[in-house]
Amino acid sequence: MSDIIARITLPEAARRGEVVTVRVIVRHPMERGFDGPGLTPVPRQILHTLSVTYAGEEVFRMALSPGITANPYVEFTTLAVETGEMVFEWQEDGGAVYRRTAQLVVT
Amino acid sequence: MRRWLLLALWPLAVSAQEVRPSREFLSPALRAQQEDPSRHPGWLWVDEGEAIWRRGERSCQSCHGDISAMRGVATRYPAVASDGALLNLEGRIERCRVENQGAAPFGYESEALLSLTAAVARQSRGMAMSVPVDGAAAAFLEEGHAFYETRQGQLNLSCGQCHDANAGRRLRGDVISHGLGTGYPAYRLEWNGMGSLHRRLRACSLGVRATQFPLGSREYLTLELYLAHRARGMPVEAPGLRR
Repeated sequence: MSDIIARITLPEAARRGEVVTVRVIVRHPMERGFDGPGLTPVPRQILHTLSVTYAGEEVFRMALSPGITANPYVEFTTLAVETGEMVFEWQEDGGAVYRRTAQLVVT
Repeated sequence: MRRWLLLALWPLAVSAQEVRPSREFLSPALRAQQEDPSRHPGWLWVDEGEAIWRRGERSCQSCHGDISAMRGVATRYPAVASDGALLNLEGRIERCRVENQGAAPFGYESEALLSLTAAVARQSRGMAMSVPVDGAAAAFLEEGHAFYETRQGQLNLSCGQCHDANAGRRLRGDVISHGLGTGYPAYRLEWNGMGSLHRRLRACSLGVRATQFPLGSREYLTLELYLAHRARGMPVEAPGLRR
């Protein structure tokens, strides 16, 4: 597991039962790969999966395709249940896994 | 007679008044994204730049303190240094790095320099441009203005023929702005990344099939000064978001 530059935006605090918007943007070239006559082939290397757990439970999972731009931005909503850690996990072609966490405070 | 003279001057006065901030030429969606750090990919570079600011034994922070001390700096660049050289923000940072930090320069258009420049420029976000153009800067300004007005390339166009005469109209699916550099370094969707104003100017030169000058060249530096002067009173938008 190595480092990745990401910005995770959560509300400062949420009330129990409130729907919260989670925004995450990550720095990655999302290399879609190419090959052709006279070209040096470049293998595809994208973040193919983003999964998010909140308080130990998976709340979001997304398959990312090669058609998605570099530095992909994802926004989703979830229900605030308790103060806990959100773990964002990206899986890259080639098996690398990147992880970032953020704290959701529920009052 | 005097009335006729006034009438003749009228269109010039109007065009000088009319310069509008670059963000007003963005689509509403792009403008909203530019104002929202949680959705603006340029902030990935700003974060990195702030980390570079604090990094190392002789960090930027060890002299300048917190990066918030850079508030307002971007409104005053490009500026003439004590040795008479015209420096933009990138040039100023590189010189500081070599002379005061004893480090190797990052190199124009390197990710590190773009990040640091974006982080410094962002401290002035929303502040009005007010680049000094008196004294030593006056000659550079004149040079930049001449470059702006000169027809160039196979298409034989001057900057003003698009950015004054046709601002607000469409070109290749985008809206022509008044050509201010206030949003740079900017995240450009076409680049999938951050780029400097000079990289953008090279694209402009290519667009009219004219000579592309090197990044950091005298031609683009003086033009940058003229653009900054043209943008006086307009808000700094860096890091901008452009198509």
